[in-house]
Amino acid sequence: MHIELDHVCKNFGEKHVLNGFSLQVEKGKSLVVIGGSGTGKSVMLKCILGILTPDSGSIKIAGKNVVGLRGEARDSFLNRFGMLFQGGALFDSLSVWENVAFGLVNGRRMKRAMAKDIAIEKLGLVGLSADVGKLYPAELSGGMQKRVGLARAIASDPEIIFFDEPTTGLDPIMADVINNLIVDCVKRLGATTISITHDMASARKIADEIAMIYKGQIIWQGAADMIDRSGNAYVDQFIKGRADGPIQMDVLKA
Amino acid sequence: MNIFAAIGQLFLSFCAEVGRTALFLKDGLLQGLTPRYYFNQIALQFFRIGYTSLPVVAMTAFFTGGALALQIYTGSSPATAGQLVPSIVAIGITRELGPVLAGLMVAGRVGASIAAELGTMRVTEQTDALVTLSTNPFKYLVGPRLLAAVVSLPLLVAIGDTIGIMGGYIVGTRSLGFNGFSYIKTTVDQLHFDDVSSGLVKAAVFGFIIALMGCYHGFNSKGGAQGVGRATTNAVVSSAILILAANFALTSLLFGKN
Repeated sequence: MHIELDHVCKNFGEKHVLNGFSLQVEKGKSLVVIGGSGTGKSVMLKCILGILTPDSGSIKIAGKNVVGLRGEARDSFLNRFGMLFQGGALFDSLSVWENVAFGLVNGRRMKRAMAKDIAIEKLGLVGLSADVGKLYPAELSGGMQKRVGLARAIASDPEIIFFDEPTTGLDPIMADVINNLIVDCVKRLGATTISITHDMASARKIADEIAMIYKGQIIWQGAADMIDRSGNAYVDQFIKGRADGPIQMDVLKA
Repeated sequence: MNIFAAIGQLFLSFCAEVGRTALFLKDGLLQGLTPRYYFNQIALQFFRIGYTSLPVVAMTAFFTGGALALQIYTGSSPATAGQLVPSIVAIGITRELGPVLAGLMVAGRVGASIAAELGTMRVTEQTDALVTLSTNPFKYLVGPRLLAAVVSLPLLVAIGDTIGIMGGYIVGTRSLGFNGFSYIKTTVDQLHFDDVSSGLVKAAVFGFIIALMGCYHGFNSKGGAQGVGRATTNAVVSSAILILAANFALTSLLFGKN
């Protein structure tokens, strides 16, 4: 197992966001985690990255425990990761190529000129020309920002990549372009990936496996082509997008 | 809720805030000010915090020095004014008004901009993105700001002191009719090294407070535009109050009766 979470709990005050959360991903596989808003999807990724520290449970990457890593050990651990953020999270004070090269220059201390060449190459992989490199994130459309974010996530050839709602806020065609890029990039790198989404079209396209999270726990996990025959009422309700079913939203009825 | 519960709640949340600030301070010092150093970030913050604050600090000092000279003149008899005005202007500016007013002005200018910038980076996940790119936000964002503010503020205040005394000199010689040479001579005679150095020590402390509060509130802002707005307000208000409190503490420490 490349990524292994075992009974991870994370509370915010009285709220149990992750409640005995367990998950395994094999090396080189693409796992998509689906689930409604506020079910703990982003918190899960942040716990793995060490941005948040879980209250209990273990997180192992390639067999090694990674909870509470510090200093050098944490830096070298993070060097193995890439992440595409929901809103892109591009540094708006830096130009596009500097964004893409950021991890190379600051994380791996590469020479700027060399990092720039790699950044331009990675921009090419996501279908952006070298001219875009000189622009600033604010000058780009949402789809282009996502592509720059993707280029930044793959810039240091990570072995694990996280995608946080890669298609949210994009039109269906651009969403599909991003899906294709994700599939291409991941194949090229052979990376293990975890994606978070509630876009089922995207999930079907990029997933080897799909897991559904509900109330801080994985309630179903299986191969992507099994999703329609999961036999799980929660999963069925979610993928069909029905308001009535076992999952009740906290919406006040008039 | 009864009134005791409300007061207790307020007190507890205050204690929690103090505790969080202390933990942030620890991370800021142990992580932010230890290697590795991002020299281009440090240089950029020196430019933003120090250099661009110069006009504001200079103008504040100039007008304060001038106003001080006028006030002392009205308050003193014509016989003593020639001695009193230059010495009180010099001592008042270097010991108290220079560092405190510069601190408050920079708190409004720089503290707000630090909180707004880091707050926006927080809510748009840019600080998390730094982490995923193997860059410690404390080293990349907090350290350079703390360092630049602690070193810049004394420099700004040193310049402000000079300009403030000059403001007093211009008002004194142009509108109060003092002799320029004797004004400068009195200033030089009355002003001691301790007056200036105590002000510069204060300035360094104020710089630290400004950067710390800006970074702390920025880092802990949440919930979009409103959250960033609240963080900015809190950063300015808390650093202004802490500056005034620290000024009192430092004054009683440096000049209090032993």
